[in-house]
Parts: sequence; structure tokens; C-alpha cells
Amino acid sequence: MSEAARKIDYDAIWGEEEDLSVLTFNLNGETFAIEATVVQEILDLLPETHVPGSKPFVSSVINFRGKVIPLADIRLAFGMDATETTIDSRIVVIELDLDDEATLIGIRTDKVNEVTTLPRLASEPPPSVGMRWRADYISCLVKRGGEFIIVPNLHAIFSSQRDRTGTATAPN
Amino acid sequence: MNNPDPISVFRTEAAELLEQIESGLLDLTRSLEDRDQIDAVFRGLHTLKGSGAMFGFEALAAFTHHCETAFDRVRKGDVPATHELVSAVLSAQDHMRALLETPNGDHDAMSAALLDNLHRAVNGAGSPTPITTVIATNPVVEKAGGLREWRIRFSLPANAMANGTNPLGLLDEMRDLGDCRIIADTTKVPELATLDPRGIHLAWDVTLKTEKPRSDIEDVFIFVMDDMALEIMEVAVDPPATALVDMPVAKAVVVTEREAPAVQAANDSKQAKSAENVRVPAERLDEMMDRVGELVIAQSRLTQLAGTAADLGLRSVSEEIERLSGELRDTMMVLRMMPVASLFSRFRRLVHDLSRETGKEIELITEGESTEVDKTVIDRLADPLVHLVRNSIDHGLEQPEERLAAGKEAKGKVILSAHQTGGEVIITIKDDGRGINRERVRAKAEASGIIQPGATLTDQDLLQLIFQPGFSTAQTVTNLSGRGVGMDVVKKTVEALRGTIDITSKPGEGSTVALRIPLTLAIIEGLLVRVGQGCYVIPLSAVEECLELSLEDDLRSRGRSFISLRDSLVPFLRLRELFRTGTQPDPHQKVVVISTGSERVGLVVDQIIGDHQTVIKSMSKLHHDVVTFSGATILGDGSVALILDVTHLVAAGQQQEAQLRAAG
Repeated sequence: MSEAARKIDYDAIWGEEEDLSVLTFNLNGETFAIEATVVQEILDLLPETHVPGSKPFVSSVINFRGKVIPLADIRLAFGMDATETTIDSRIVVIELDLDDEATLIGIRTDKVNEVTTLPRLASEPPPSVGMRWRADYISCLVKRGGEFIIVPNLHAIFSSQRDRTGTATAPN
Repeated sequence: MNNPDPISVFRTEAAELLEQIESGLLDLTRSLEDRDQIDAVFRGLHTLKGSGAMFGFEALAAFTHHCETAFDRVRKGDVPATHELVSAVLSAQDHMRALLETPNGDHDAMSAALLDNLHRAVNGAGSPTPITTVIATNPVVEKAGGLREWRIRFSLPANAMANGTNPLGLLDEMRDLGDCRIIADTTKVPELATLDPRGIHLAWDVTLKTEKPRSDIEDVFIFVMDDMALEIMEVAVDPPATALVDMPVAKAVVVTEREAPAVQAANDSKQAKSAENVRVPAERLDEMMDRVGELVIAQSRLTQLAGTAADLGLRSVSEEIERLSGELRDTMMVLRMMPVASLFSRFRRLVHDLSRETGKEIELITEGESTEVDKTVIDRLADPLVHLVRNSIDHGLEQPEERLAAGKEAKGKVILSAHQTGGEVIITIKDDGRGINRERVRAKAEASGIIQPGATLTDQDLLQLIFQPGFSTAQTVTNLSGRGVGMDVVKKTVEALRGTIDITSKPGEGSTVALRIPLTLAIIEGLLVRVGQGCYVIPLSAVEECLELSLEDDLRSRGRSFISLRDSLVPFLRLRELFRTGTQPDPHQKVVVISTGSERVGLVVDQIIGDHQTVIKSMSKLHHDVVTFSGATILGDGSVALILDVTHLVAAGQQQEAQLRAAG
């Protein structure tokens, strides 16, 4: 993704607003935040059904109120290892527009923290170099306390994972 | 939704009226003398004008008024119905749609042009043979010289006044027609204690002497006809003022008159029937379907609990609920089914227009219109079918002279048919045109780089090339097709419905495109099996038989996976291996033999649990790359089971068979 395009993504998530209301959660020790408006529900772990032949990123489906929705592990998009589930593990159900179609997706998390607001002033676009992760998977980083909160670009993650060709060529 | 926006209600109704008008007009093009259709079109236009004005669509009302006037003249026999007139009104009717969509747009120039056209059609053709036409089409009017006595009985629905109908106005209008004696029938008036003062409980019996024809009496009731009970009878025909010579004619007329009330009654009941329909947004149906699905799941849990409990009362309640929820589910399924007639009807207009545009003579034949398909299928198939029909007409059918030279009828045929086999509906579009030119398809595919020059392809593969993106063989781009988009979209849409497309084509004899679409997208009857830890559903329509995998077969087939089934070899797939469950096989594995048509394949599973009927849930887009499964379903315990895609598995089995054969 080009620098300009990334800038657009960055603007898209903040828009005119100075504050962003988000839900924060932990994955492998990192704090992530997703916009509160896309979050539908936070669930305790449910029985999962493994889908043979699917990509590890979305390896199973769950029954969410009578709907069958995919359960995604965005750790894999960031090259992290899958962790054991604990009593804190939760599934965050989000609704995302994929090809103009509202799609419900469950996301595995290690722990859900809180709903909070992130100020625009403390945020910055992802650096194009020097990161372990694909920069186009990140909308922005927000500094809070001594740590960075990662706001992932869910559209980029799920769109590229959905491609039949699978992995788009990674930048850098 | 409790207070629906009246404007949007009107729009929906108007759209329906326009459809009725259009279908009436198209019927008229076949038999110009059809009085019923002329009346139907007139009534439609009249209602459209009236309610259009009522809801503030002034431009629409004013424009429709002219068309109505023209048709009124046809109806009265002043002007014969001609093809020119019908065409003029057809295009005027398109304009009405535009006026309906954008009432504030700038339509004046268009309106004027169309009205001009209409007047030419009416006046140009009207004068030369008025008298003969009148006699031929409307003997009733001709005869209506004398005073006739009519007996009219009518009653209005109880809520008519709430809807703005004033019965006094109707009575006054009848008085205007002639000498009138009105008796109110009070037998239906309830006791005072139970009387609803806002309702109408009276019926009226009117004896009317008038010179006006029957249609004028009907016009009085034109706005309320749909809901009311109306009976119009001619009481006694005055002694004919005409000479005796005319007697036979008069007799014939009397016969038709006597039949008329019966026809009228039939029409009334038909109208009453259509008034009973309820319009429901599709998403509510979907929601309800989901609820019913959840209910079925909850019910099966209840059955399980009741089965283990000793309480007899609980068991009987549970059985009762099982029966009820089963019935509810069946009813729900039927609710979503619609006849394909609603899909096919729109093609009459398309073909009519295309015929004019291309100068080809085309006859559209539709078959199997009562075949019922899930509503979603109908909605999504509309565009692909339009494209296929256009292709047939544009590319397939030849010009009349070319057809004659080839020894065919000048009129080309397009046959649109639907029929149901098993769990599928097959919709075919067949033409008797020139067929698909293989050479050109190949040349084109090579030129656009879809295939390598000189590549060997089977005939079916070659024909399937036309579904490749960016493929178009039309030498000239026409308005209709040949823009190089479309056929690939058609294929995608059909595949999204879990359907397939077959093409057959004979040079010089025509082409057939067959779409095979699953009957319903919502419900499946399946066989529940266990493989490793997971449960899977195999569509029951594809299951041929189940048998045990004998130890010898199991061992012997390590090298070649075949079982012999009544003297024929059937390849089989071990689902445990296919799904990489990593579990040990059960000691008594089962083979489920599935088939699609002539091809069979066995699936080795660990356990057969039983049959299972449930709501299909589609897999999300994130799983579109997984071809082994066509969907998922929710089991009694709330867990998810995946539904196997039979076509894909059979193909995989056949492929394996081919490989094994090749190997030795």
C-alpha cells in the first residue's frame, strides 16, 4: 500500500473527530483497539467447529445467535503465535462491510479490557519501516501511558485474507 | 411500519398497476379485439390517474389522463385498437414509470412527444372503419339504443367509510345515469348494543332504467370494486325497437348478457382473492425463518430432555411441540416459494421491444411457469436471465430472410422453460437460431489470450469459454449485448446460488442454455454423519445408499480405493483423511454412496447418526475458498455442522478414479 493510501486510511478512521471510542483487548501481550461502533457483542468461549481445508486465520466457525459466523485469529495476520485459551479469553463479535455486505466475524482475544476514548493528538500513522508487522494492517498507533495501542486496519486484514490468492505480497 | 408512508405505498401500488397495464397491453397485441383486456387496461389507467392525483403526482395524473381518454374511446368503440395505439401506450406507460420515480423531474418535452404520438395513433387509425369495428367488437353498445332496466345489488365492506368511500356519493352517481329506485337492505344491521357506528351495515338494491351501457354502471364503482360485493343484472330487455330481421343478433346478445353476471362474479372473487394478499418485506421473512430455525433447535433439545425424564406429561407436551414446530417450519418454507411465472412475465415485454429493435420476428414460448422456487433465487436470477435471453435473440436468432434461406420459419423461437427434478429447478433458454460458431469462439479466445493458440479443448470446454471474463464474439457492438460484459457475471450469479450452467449448441439448429439451481436456499434434508470428532451433513437428495466398509475392502483398498457395489466399482474417499482429523478410524466404518446423476462416489465416515432437517446457513465470505462445504447448519445442541458439497466431492472422487485408472 502506498504512503498516500495509508494516509487516506488514517484519515478515514479519525475523520473529523478528535476522539475515537474504542474497545481495547490484549493479544500476546500487545494491546489492540477496535472502534466501538463495529463491535456487536463480547462472548465467552463457545464450542467451535473446525472447518477442514480453511486457512488457519479463519479455521473455525461458531454459532452466534443462530447465525454461523467465522472465528478469526488476527494474531496470525500479525505473525504472532496462537496462545492457549485462559479463563480471560473472549470472543469479540464485529460487523464489517466486506464487498458492501455486512459480515459478522468473531475475533479471538486473550482478554478484553475496556471501552475507552483515544485522542487523535496522541495517534500517529504506522511507520513504514522498522516494524515487525505489515504496515498496511495497521490504521494507526496511539500512545498511552508508556505503551502503544495498536488500532488494526480490519478492512485490510480481512480483505487480503479473503483473496483466493491468499497472501498479497508483503511490503518492505 | 405501523404508519407506512402513504407515498411509498402508492408507489408500490402504482408499480403493480403499471405491470398489470403492461401485461394487458401485451395481451392485446395478440388479440386486438379482446374486450376484457381493453377494459382491464382502462381500469388500470383510470385507477392510476385517480390515486396519482390523490397522492400529489399531478404530472403523472395529467399524463395518464390522456392515455385513459384514448383507451376510453377504444372501449366505447369509437376507435379500433391498433398495434400503433398499443405501442404508443406501451411507451407512454414507460414514461409513467419515469413520472412515478421522479415526479419533479423535467418530463414536459417527453410527455408532449408521447402524447403527440398517441393522438396520431388514435386519430390516424380511427376514422376509416369505425362502423364495422363497432359492430365487430361491441354488439352490446350497438344494441343499447333502447331503455334497459338493470338491477344492481351491492354492499360495501364495513370499513369502507374509514377508507374514504361515501355510499351516498355512489347512489347519487347512479341517479345521474337514469331513473332510479333505491331500496336499502337492512337485514345485516346488528343490534344497537353491538352496532359499530363507523361501519357500513347496509346493502343496497337498485333498480335503474338507463340507456347507458353496463360499463357506465360499473364505472360508478370503479374505485371500490376490489373490495365490495357487486351484482349487476339486466332485468328485462325492452321489446327490440329494431326490425325482426335483427332477431338472431339480439338473441346472441341476450346470451352474452346472461353470461355476464357470472363472469362478473368470477372477476369479483378473483379480485377479492388478490385483496387478501399481504405484502411482507423479504427481510422479515428471513428473520422469521431464522427464528423458526432456532425454535426447531430448541425443540430438539426439549425432546432430548423429555426423553430422559420419566415425566409422562412433559413427554406429551414435548411431542406436541415437536409436531407443531415441524408444521411451522414446513409452512415457513412454502411462504418463501414463488412461481417462476413472475420471473418469466417480464420477458414478454423484453422480447416485444427487442423484436422491434432488431427487426427479427420472435416468438417467446414459456413453459412450466407454475414451478415454484425460493424467492431469493427468483430475485437473483432476473438479471442473468435477461442477459441470456438477449444473447439468444441478438446472437442466436437470424434475420427473417436468412432464416427463410436456411429453410426455417421466418419467425424465430425462444423457449423459456422451467421444471423441477429432485432438489433442483432447471431453467432453460432455448432458441432455434444459428447456434454457437465454434470457430469464432476459438479465434476470439485465442485473440484475447484466454486460451493458447491450438489448444485442445472438449466441445463443452470450448462452449464454456463464452463465460470467461472479457469474452464477446459479437462483431458489432449493439445496444443489446456484445459489450463483453455479462456472461461471466451470469455464471458468477448462478454459481453464487450453488447452481451450474450447461450449454449445448448445434450449428444451424440453435442453442440451449440450462441453469440448474437448487430448489431452496434455506432448508435441507440431510444425513448426519460423524467423522473424527466432527459432525457433517450430507444432502439426502444425493445419498444413494449406506453400507458397512468390510474389513477386506478396507485393507485391500489401501492401494486402490474402490468398493465393488453390485458388479460395478465405486471409488471412495476417506473423509477422515480428507479432513485430516488425525483420529483413529472407528472399528466399523460406514460408506455413504452419493451420486450426481450417473456419477457415484463413496464417502467413508466413522458413524452414521441419522437424518436431520434444518435451516441452511451460508458460509461467510471468509470461507469462500473452502470448496468442500456448501454451507453450515446448527444442530440440536447448538453446535455447528458443516454441509458437504456433493458436486465437488463427486468430482474429486472421479478425478481420483481417473488418476488410478491412468496409473494402472
